[in-house]
Amino acid sequence: MNLSLEGKTVLVTGGSRGIGRAIALMLADNGADVAITFRSSVDAADEVKKLIEEKGQRAKAIQADAVNFDSAQEVITEITEDWEKLDVLVNNAGITRDNLILRMSEEQWDQVIDTNLKSIFNYSKAVAKPMMRNRGGSIINISSVVGISGNAGQSNYAASKAGLIGFTKSYAKELASRNIRANVVAPGYITTEMTDELDEKVLESIKEETPLGRAGDADEVASTVLFLASDLSEYITGETIRVDGGMAM
Amino acid sequence: MSQDVEAKVKSIIVDKLGVDESEVTHEANFTNDLGADSLDTVELIMEFEKDFDISIPDEDAENIATVGNAVEYLQDKV
Repeated sequence: MNLSLEGKTVLVTGGSRGIGRAIALMLADNGADVAITFRSSVDAADEVKKLIEEKGQRAKAIQADAVNFDSAQEVITEITEDWEKLDVLVNNAGITRDNLILRMSEEQWDQVIDTNLKSIFNYSKAVAKPMMRNRGGSIINISSVVGISGNAGQSNYAASKAGLIGFTKSYAKELASRNIRANVVAPGYITTEMTDELDEKVLESIKEETPLGRAGDADEVASTVLFLASDLSEYITGETIRVDGGMAM
Repeated sequence: MSQDVEAKVKSIIVDKLGVDESEVTHEANFTNDLGADSLDTVELIMEFEKDFDISIPDEDAENIATVGNAVEYLQDKV
């Protein structure tokens, strides 16, 4: 047993930027062929594809809206036809539309639930049959500490991130007999484009609430995903691992 | 032709569920009589799809509960 993903194929949704990008590159560094999906950032996605190929791995960058059920099916079909199988799925695509509940619009609620939660159903369902045929697989769903602790101004985001934890545990129970594992990684405050939007005061208070006293790096999330993707974690399923500097303990 | 389909269906079931050929009667229910769990039945449908080179939509798959259901459905499709 080791950390190597040699011979494995991976899909990372929302893999062109932020945490998804770091995950895609780290899994490729460890020997996986990596496909990413992206919604709008064509240039960023092309760059990730190029970087993966430079590491000597096969790569794909597929434009797809994670909310669309049929599109998820098409993405999985394309990968399993071209690469014969899919060993690892990382459901990372996500957005925020922050607002206090008193001010939150129905649209802000729906957009976040659809993108962050329905997408998990879409892709996890689409990979179930190919992974059954392949006699195994590993699914890693990216949540957030906000899904564990809640956060004022992020009720929609927190609901989606808590929801996916329940989904993952159910999925893990349904498919465990077929050697398909499903786990959650819940990052805390990680510096990405998404957190760049937060104002200075909020950032300071986040650091104060973090026992390790600093923000995390996207690579620190990616390394946990790598562990769950690899055979080193083969007896772990239905688990949620926080990568949050101790924030939510 | 219809005999071929029946023989092929039965051999897939014997192989997939590890049951004896004598148990695979027309009326046998995959879950109640042949000991299949819910994922076994999904895999059985996947096997039919592969071996008969067709696609069976979920709403049709839900109605295939017995050996006879499968034989009739597949005779109709191929």
